Amino acid sequence: MSSNPVLTFTPEGIYCPAGDFYIDPWRRVDRAMITHGHSDHARWGMGRYLATHEALPVMRHRLGDIEAEGIAYGERRVIGGAIVSFHPAGHVPGSAQIRVEVGGEVWVASGDYKIIDDGLSTPFEPVRCHHFITESTFGLPVFHWEPQQTVAAYLNDWWRGCADAGKTAMLGAYSLGKAQRLISMLDPEIGPVLCHAAVENTNAVMRAQGITLPETILANKDVTAKTHPRAMVIAPPSALGSAWSKRFGPLESGFASGWMAMRGVRRRRAGDRGFIISDHADWDGLLWAIKQTEAENIYVTHGYTDIFTRYLNEQGWNAQVVPTQFEGESLDASDDSGEAA
Amino acid sequence: MKAFAALFTAIDQSTKTTIKVNALAEYFKAADDIDKLWTIALFSGRRPKRAVSTTRLREWGAEVAGIPLWLFEDCYPIVGDLAETIALVLPPNQTTDNRPLSQWINDLRAVYKADETAKKVFVLDAWARLGGTERFIFNKLITGGMRVGVSQKLMTRALARATDRDEAELAHRLMGNWHPDDTTWHALIEAQDASADASRPYPFHLAYALEGGPEALEHPADWRAEWKWDGIRGQLILRGGEYFVWSRGEELMTDRFPELARAVDYLPDGTVLDGELLVWHPGTAHPARFNTLQPRIGRKTVPKKLLKEAPVVLHAYDLLEWQGEDVRHLPFRERRAQLETACAAMPEEAPVKLSPQLKFSTPADLHAYRDGARDAQAEGLMLKRADSPYLAGRKKGDWWKWKLAPLTIDAVMIYAQSGSGRRANLFTDFTFAVRDGEALVPFTKAYSGLTDKEFREITAWVRKNTLQRFGPVRQVTPHHVFEIAFEGIQASPRHKSGVALRFPRMLRWRQDKPLAEANTLDDLNEMLRLYG
Repeated sequence: MSSNPVLTFTPEGIYCPAGDFYIDPWRRVDRAMITHGHSDHARWGMGRYLATHEALPVMRHRLGDIEAEGIAYGERRVIGGAIVSFHPAGHVPGSAQIRVEVGGEVWVASGDYKIIDDGLSTPFEPVRCHHFITESTFGLPVFHWEPQQTVAAYLNDWWRGCADAGKTAMLGAYSLGKAQRLISMLDPEIGPVLCHAAVENTNAVMRAQGITLPETILANKDVTAKTHPRAMVIAPPSALGSAWSKRFGPLESGFASGWMAMRGVRRRRAGDRGFIISDHADWDGLLWAIKQTEAENIYVTHGYTDIFTRYLNEQGWNAQVVPTQFEGESLDASDDSGEAA
Repeated sequence: MKAFAALFTAIDQSTKTTIKVNALAEYFKAADDIDKLWTIALFSGRRPKRAVSTTRLREWGAEVAGIPLWLFEDCYPIVGDLAETIALVLPPNQTTDNRPLSQWINDLRAVYKADETAKKVFVLDAWARLGGTERFIFNKLITGGMRVGVSQKLMTRALARATDRDEAELAHRLMGNWHPDDTTWHALIEAQDASADASRPYPFHLAYALEGGPEALEHPADWRAEWKWDGIRGQLILRGGEYFVWSRGEELMTDRFPELARAVDYLPDGTVLDGELLVWHPGTAHPARFNTLQPRIGRKTVPKKLLKEAPVVLHAYDLLEWQGEDVRHLPFRERRAQLETACAAMPEEAPVKLSPQLKFSTPADLHAYRDGARDAQAEGLMLKRADSPYLAGRKKGDWWKWKLAPLTIDAVMIYAQSGSGRRANLFTDFTFAVRDGEALVPFTKAYSGLTDKEFREITAWVRKNTLQRFGPVRQVTPHHVFEIAFEGIQASPRHKSGVALRFPRMLRWRQDKPLAEANTLDDLNEMLRLYG
């Protein structure tokens, strides 16, 4: 490694000295490259933002009037002494890994990513690099995702069962990304799909930018179990069990997250049903992605960092844990965060 | 295994009692007798003999998963369950299998005496055939402890519905020393003679905590008061010339309390007593403290020296069987009168004593007793309705426990560790310290007492305020003050602070209190002086 690294880890966020910019900073800085619109990555208060064209509409919707510029996947931009480009991360629509090259040395900050194609997000593309910054939210060999069609079948079987029993099915999901993915997995033949305002607003933003989503109905106060029998309601997790949810009763509630793989967590958080579906890579996905980069140096953040790092080192990589202040939120963070997805 | 796995899943994923009972009742109506028998056994904590050691199971699991053993071992505390950890790390099953639960148990039994190679072949084959919940259950059959969210009470209710039998009678039949290896569904549930096993205990009658004070109870004269002892609840059974001692947790503890053997010299055959096992030195006014009982619980057989140091007596407070007759239906005052008669002629050296009733006429008298409970080495009072029958299980209305308010101290959180199982991704296990000048002296850990919401909040805070990591333990900025409640305090050279607490838990998160107002080591020592 050269004495002046391409990216460094500072209290403000991941910093590139050659280009004088930060990636997903969490304190106010002048220039920010944003991997995706989840609130723990795209924060308010930066001087200038750069993100993919696909990520910008949601960021504007959430952050309001910001000075932001869009960039296409794969487009190369020279910023100071660095060449910067954004590459699909497959996490949510518009999400990107950010590639930074200085003097021939290539670093990639992956943000959050998943390997499987969810049908909505631009699928993950491995980027060859020397240094790879990876998340490890599900970096334990107990996490193995089933194919999306399999989980979709579980989901629709549950919904159909609820509908046949005269109950509403209500699914807790983060309003950006996970909610839209679930909506696209549902079988519209079973009944209407009702969305909480937080979800429906994000749907509208995505539709406006050209993303195709199945038909959904805003669950305003006139929409109830009576007016819309056999319904599936998609709502932020905080709305489950709230006064808002009462008018859809009798109902069964479910929760969709990678954490549902663990029985203990499922019993604590799932309501009636837990579905194992995540916008993060599982164990095999993380290892596959890391191999594909051909990087020798791996920086592990967000999740089971210590265990995952030890494993990578045993397998011959030069891996290290990124300092703790970069740690993301988990299942139990605020609903707005996408980290649990 | 499929039917049992479906039942397990239905119970496991629901929090609603009616759904669980329905699922169980449907299962009991449809399954074969032998599968029903094993289902009851597993859900009441009985299990097949362990055919494979958990050490081998871990090694084979890691091997089949293609991961190093240390990685498997690191996953285990996070998942919180060995059977589940193995089920999760293994690759997906290649095929399926239709053997019912009892067949799998038989096959498992068949490899019990086999050599290790044969065992391994069997286990790996099972893993390749079973997926998801079935694989988890198979592992549970080996590791034991099929804990699922269904109480004995719910299972008995479902069984009563499926078999059209009386719930209380079934509860009694399911007590005690039976195992599917040496009984049948018919003998256990249906046969006329339910008294086949002389050691069979009665279900314990359990009390609810009294909220507020005894003022809530109408007509003081209808009530009886006793000390709530701080020992082990036990049932002493004298039948067929033998004696048996059961714990409230339905564990047979006869061999641990050989001094109770002499009870057969003083009480007639066909007697069953409910009481408290206490260490009580002859000639002293009060029982010894709970911790003196601990070495007696910890070992299966008792050396002579320990028998001298920690002699145990049963303080009897109820009579369940007299002259071979079940007397639980009689009013408490009649059972008590009979108990007093039976104990009247008991000499000083008998291992059974009558637990006294506390005379009172007003709630104020009860308050006075309770205020003196700590001095009497009791943890509060029991209030029992004089005309109440001896019921099975926890029932509201007739029996109340009125415990002492716990001791409390305000302490600073200094270390946090994530929980396991249900709380795998939350920080729930904390170490607390008291102030000593500028220093902080750790003195206890606590895991429970906060709401899920509070645990989520403190978890987010821990992530952002970690100073150092020691493996799974994080040292955090000393900032948050918690009110720690505990039941007792004693000197302990093994702890840095010099004290050990009994049942410490978080009573409240004192977000209103700054660090400087947390209690000090001097405060803690003063509590030790007063209550230790």
